[in-house]
Amino acid sequence: MSSADTAASRSRAAAPPRGGFAARAPSPRALLGLLLPLALALGYEIAFRLGLVEARLLPPPSRVFATLAELARSGDLLTHASATLARVFAGFVFGAVAAILLGALTGSSALARRLLDPTLQALRAVPSLAWVPLFIMWFGIFETSKVTLIAVGVFFPVYLGVMGAIASVDRKIVEVGRVFRLDRVALARRILLPAILPDVVIALRSGLGLGFMFVVAAEIMGASEGLGYLLLDGQQLGKAAQIVAALIAFAVLGKICDGLLAAAARPFLRWQDSFARAGGEG
Amino acid sequence: MLRLSGLSKTYPNGTQALADVTLDVPQGEIVAFVGGSGCGKTTMLRLIAGLEQASKGRVELDGETLTAPHPAVGVIFQEPRLLPWLTVAQNIGFGLSALSRAEREARVEEALLRVGLAGYGGRWPRELSGGQAQRVAIVRALVARPKVLLLDEPFSALDAFTRASLHEHLIGLWEAHKPTLLLVTHDVEEAVTLADRVIVLQPKPGRIFAEPTLDLTRPRDKVGHDFADAKRRILAALDGSLQAPSPTRPREEIAGAWW
Repeated sequence: MSSADTAASRSRAAAPPRGGFAARAPSPRALLGLLLPLALALGYEIAFRLGLVEARLLPPPSRVFATLAELARSGDLLTHASATLARVFAGFVFGAVAAILLGALTGSSALARRLLDPTLQALRAVPSLAWVPLFIMWFGIFETSKVTLIAVGVFFPVYLGVMGAIASVDRKIVEVGRVFRLDRVALARRILLPAILPDVVIALRSGLGLGFMFVVAAEIMGASEGLGYLLLDGQQLGKAAQIVAALIAFAVLGKICDGLLAAAARPFLRWQDSFARAGGEG
Repeated sequence: MLRLSGLSKTYPNGTQALADVTLDVPQGEIVAFVGGSGCGKTTMLRLIAGLEQASKGRVELDGETLTAPHPAVGVIFQEPRLLPWLTVAQNIGFGLSALSRAEREARVEEALLRVGLAGYGGRWPRELSGGQAQRVAIVRALVARPKVLLLDEPFSALDAFTRASLHEHLIGLWEAHKPTLLLVTHDVEEAVTLADRVIVLQPKPGRIFAEPTLDLTRPRDKVGHDFADAKRRILAALDGSLQAPSPTRPREEIAGAWW
């Protein structure tokens, strides 16, 4: 951050804290969203206890949690979850970095856009899973092909988001930078980067979501560990509870990763957050 | 001294926005430009600001030819154009990177105080009203102490009451360091209220039509006879500028002259 940007730190320190986590503690109204899933789970459990439903295809919540607890106790859950996470992380980093670089290039240069974008759009039209046979031929069946597949899945939403964000930066704001005689580097750092950041964060979050989607595909294709393997193993052995346990683990992991990404970006996006508060202070 | 000599601008699509404007403005003078649409007011400011290049003629400030944005020339746009990700104080300090932090903060504080926004330094631009935001924009341009300040209809989006209070703020700020102000406006009353000289431009292509005399003292007595008289003279000149025959074939103003 430049010295100019910190000019206000003193006067800002006097202002009440904004966008802190304290303000985001779940309110009773937010807990309303839990009512439906809890009621369904409870209803299903009761129906199962009364012998109204067949437990083989969809196990009752109590059995799913018993399975989860067993997986956690034996350490299997940690092994599988960390294998999955490592793949998503590697694929996400490769895919997102490539997408940000290429998106920045095509977003800021019309020549680069004409040169590269049609090819990338054509590649985007290929369903990502269709690459699988080729990736397996090229990279074998182990980690490289899995990470590559995830990277491809992450790449396109991030690329589109970054390119679109740069192309749609308000020219009027850029002109302010010109009036203050910013050179190209300063213009990028002090105007373009903060201007595109909100869109880039959204693109990264949707890219991460796709990363989780593709890690399942990659692990179902063949893996000896990972939550996707747990799914496949459950299917082959007829262990529905294990499948549902893996699904829950996916949901929790995905939500945590998305939350971490959003939380990491929040300090830079506080200026967007202030809307609700403005009325109260104004 | 700001000197425009033979300043002309023809856009690539053939629209001649400005034709041969020659004008000397002594340091510290407030000049208002009024004129119908297509009279090249905005184009003229953009040329002086260095945001566009003149097709012919040049802009000189104290003998130095201006072709690109210059530290001694500040610009205030029609919209505040504050950077939404910076606080009010950071926005005001945006152009002061060269100063030490202490000096920058002192200037920002002083500026906020002067426009009645003390204590607003930590706010985000979206928390401000339109008038407050434009005050911040004016201050942002003025803290760098430019010799020339260009204002492109900076008050046109504000209600009459806010506009009047901003006029006072602007004059108050101007008195501190006496920069040259070039103000483009649609509002004749605003021109008479603020300016030492009012220049009426004629459209298609934009050029100087007349410079009615003002003969007014500061502070302006807005209900006085002289004020009304000055307004009447300017309105008459404006009327004439719109009826005068155009030397070149009239062309529709194309959206090339947006800010």
